[in-house]
Amino acid sequence: MAQNLILIPLLPLIGFIINGILGKKMPKNVVGALGTLAVFGSFILSLMAFLEVRETGQALSHTSFTWMQIAGLKFDVAFLADQLSTQMMLIITGIGSLIHLYSIGYMHEDEGFYKFFAYLNLFVFSMLLLVMGSNYLLLFFGWEGVGLCSYLLIGFWYQNLEYGKAARKAFVMNRIGDLGLMLGLFMLLQHAGSLDYQEVMGSLATLSTEKAACIGLLLFVGATGKSAQIPLYTWLPDAMAGPTPVSALIHAATMVTAGIYLIVRSSALYSMVPEVLEIIGYVGLATALFAGLIAIRQNDIKKVLAYSTVSQLGFMFVALGVGAYSTAMFHLTTHAFFKALMFLGSGSVIHAMGGEQDIRKMGGLAKKLKITHLTFLIGTLAIIGFPLTSGFFSKDEILAKVYEHSPVMWGLLLLASAITAFYMLRMFFLTFHGSFRGTHEQEHHLHESPISMTFPLMVLALLSLAGGFLNVPAFISEGGEHLHSWLHSVITAVQGEHHLDHSTEWMLMGLASALALIILAATFVVYVSKKSLAAEDDQLTGIQKWMNNKFYIDELYQAVVQKPIEAISNLTYNIIDRGIIDGSVNFIGKSVEVAGNALRRIQNGNVEYYLLYMVLGVFFLLIFKFVL
Amino acid sequence: MSPTIFLILASLAVISAMFVVFAKNPVHSVLALIVTFFSIAGLYLLMNAQFLFVVQIIVYAGAIMVLFLFVLMLLNLNADTEPQKSSRFRMIASASAGLLSLAFSAGMVIDATMGDRNIANIQEIGLVKHLGKVLFTDYLVPFEISSILFLAGMVGAVMLGKRTPKESNS
Amino acid sequence: MMTEVTAEHYIILSTILFVIGVAGVLIRRNAIVVLMCVELMLNAVNLLMVAFSSHHKDSAGQLFVFFIMVVAAAEVAVGLAILVMVYRNTRSTDVSLLDQLKN
Repeated sequence: MAQNLILIPLLPLIGFIINGILGKKMPKNVVGALGTLAVFGSFILSLMAFLEVRETGQALSHTSFTWMQIAGLKFDVAFLADQLSTQMMLIITGIGSLIHLYSIGYMHEDEGFYKFFAYLNLFVFSMLLLVMGSNYLLLFFGWEGVGLCSYLLIGFWYQNLEYGKAARKAFVMNRIGDLGLMLGLFMLLQHAGSLDYQEVMGSLATLSTEKAACIGLLLFVGATGKSAQIPLYTWLPDAMAGPTPVSALIHAATMVTAGIYLIVRSSALYSMVPEVLEIIGYVGLATALFAGLIAIRQNDIKKVLAYSTVSQLGFMFVALGVGAYSTAMFHLTTHAFFKALMFLGSGSVIHAMGGEQDIRKMGGLAKKLKITHLTFLIGTLAIIGFPLTSGFFSKDEILAKVYEHSPVMWGLLLLASAITAFYMLRMFFLTFHGSFRGTHEQEHHLHESPISMTFPLMVLALLSLAGGFLNVPAFISEGGEHLHSWLHSVITAVQGEHHLDHSTEWMLMGLASALALIILAATFVVYVSKKSLAAEDDQLTGIQKWMNNKFYIDELYQAVVQKPIEAISNLTYNIIDRGIIDGSVNFIGKSVEVAGNALRRIQNGNVEYYLLYMVLGVFFLLIFKFVL
Repeated sequence: MSPTIFLILASLAVISAMFVVFAKNPVHSVLALIVTFFSIAGLYLLMNAQFLFVVQIIVYAGAIMVLFLFVLMLLNLNADTEPQKSSRFRMIASASAGLLSLAFSAGMVIDATMGDRNIANIQEIGLVKHLGKVLFTDYLVPFEISSILFLAGMVGAVMLGKRTPKESNS
Repeated sequence: MMTEVTAEHYIILSTILFVIGVAGVLIRRNAIVVLMCVELMLNAVNLLMVAFSSHHKDSAGQLFVFFIMVVAAAEVAVGLAILVMVYRNTRSTDVSLLDQLKN
């Protein structure tokens, strides 16, 4: 199997090439089938790799070829399938195939159908490279590749200028994060002489803590860019301009998890510097709260999901911050399930509403869109932590680990969970319950989506329900912590971990569940029984207005960052480039012209003047000879 | 005695030169120029350059000035048809001429290494005999080439002065 | 009064004559008078050459004057021929009318 590891990213790459070049001439079904089968093939191979690793307990690794060899540095294209990467591979290819299948139905009307599948395949290829690489260089290659695909796919409907701007925003913000990542990688390379994971981890013994902290922070900056944490998160809500399958795959399940993967992969480094982990934790906490607050007053169905993604990623970073690496990975997995489910579900809703995305214009869709409603309900229950759903187990575990670390953080995180429950349920009830508030034509248009779209919804719903049993905490059932033991060998834990006693854990779990149920009841009353509606934008005042307008963060960035940079750019363009550089070149040309014009008058054809010039010339000659 | 003659001849030359430049009637200019040539010839004689004295009178005063007079008479010019230059230009011209003289004088003052400045002694080199000897031995080639120069000049003058058939008809 | 004539006197005289010639060339508009002033300049130079020839007791100076006269004669002949041609075309000897070299 090790030799065949290269096939896993290769299949989507081939899909990309074929669909990209020949796709325009092929019928849509062929294109769609090809793209989906490519990713599904990778899924089968990943499954085989996973099973082999599970049996032997050893990682698979294979060096395919040497990429470059410069000045004593050697970089190989080498793949590593250990417990961590196989878990990511399964998520990527599994959810990826479901989303490809979904896209066949969703993008059916679109002109750029073949392009969409080509880009999606390219994305899966890059993401697989990211998680399968056995050195940081391949990770970085995949990192940039997914950034590129994100840009291509967000701005997929390029005719709309706003979408293009959103794509550009995503790319630029990612780039800012990438700078941090690159600097961190440079420092690692300088210290270890190689970017291979084994060699880097081996060299950590000689690394000073200051440098380690520096590298850790720099890598985290990269992670904030890719995983949309404060301050580089504003691109994710704007990225909803892309088609819904894109939002599901890239901005919920896979690309945004790359930051988490990076930090877990470098766990050995981070465990050396717990202070940096603290910072990561606080940033994650702040993001979780902040994004949650914004989501409360959002009315676009996809924007709510986008902010919830930012918030849930914040949860994962909090988990990382307290050293609970495998817990973060657990939440990553369950989040991938239910978030992808909800995005695809929202796509189904938008499809049924004929393109409408404002939840204030929806309502009462439960009757017409039965499957969508049911699966979306399961997703919502998972995210709020309703008992026994996958989200319940993963979120509770985060809360438990955070409580071990600091009760204050736990309190704030619990608040964030409550906020999460509130806005998700608000969105759910406003969309599916109550009476229909849209136009008459929209009402006629309502219909359930085709099987190609509902089938993935059902599979993901199942996973959202059952996924929790991947890692049942020890106090409920001994030996149920499958994920922990699975990832144990690849993660270097932080020193000085202590465990809570079981009664505390039961209490925490009870508290969180009770909170979720209370909010469920409360929102049901507010939005369904009382039929209270969301206000129009211009009727909002005070703090609600601030929440609706995302706390004006985008405007803040524009004033503080964008305007000065534009001013500088203007300066260099208009004043320096056009004014000084072009100006001096033009000046030379102009002065030659002026001088020529002046000298032209000497040649007026008048013989008298010529004689005068001759005399003057002689005079000057004499002066030069005798005086100078 | 020699300085007196020199002064007389020199002043005569300068005054007639002024006449050449400032006379309105071109015929008057020609006549004044003849007087100048004669005075310069006299100065040559003063330096015992006998050959040049004769050649100056024969060639310059005799041939060249006669040629000038011929052309003047041919073109039938007199004071009425004489155009005037703008006074501004005249000012500039005089000024530049003055500057030139200044430059010459400056050069003379700065570079004045004269050695024995006396040229009162009568030299023998100006005699025809001696000049002829040097001319036909050391400077024979320029002498022959000057004859070609005359040939060219003659041919050129004749060609230029010829009337084309079209002109002769009109 | 001066006791004897030195080369400096000849230099001054020659300079004066030369400068008068230059002024004449620049000031006068009649082409014939211009040519005459050129002759004046040449003569000033001749005078100086002879003076120096006497001073250095070298006959080359006087021979050179001889050649200058040769050239001056040829030049006057051709120059006046050109002038006559110009007169035939423009009916005037005004120098300022010869501006065909313009632009």
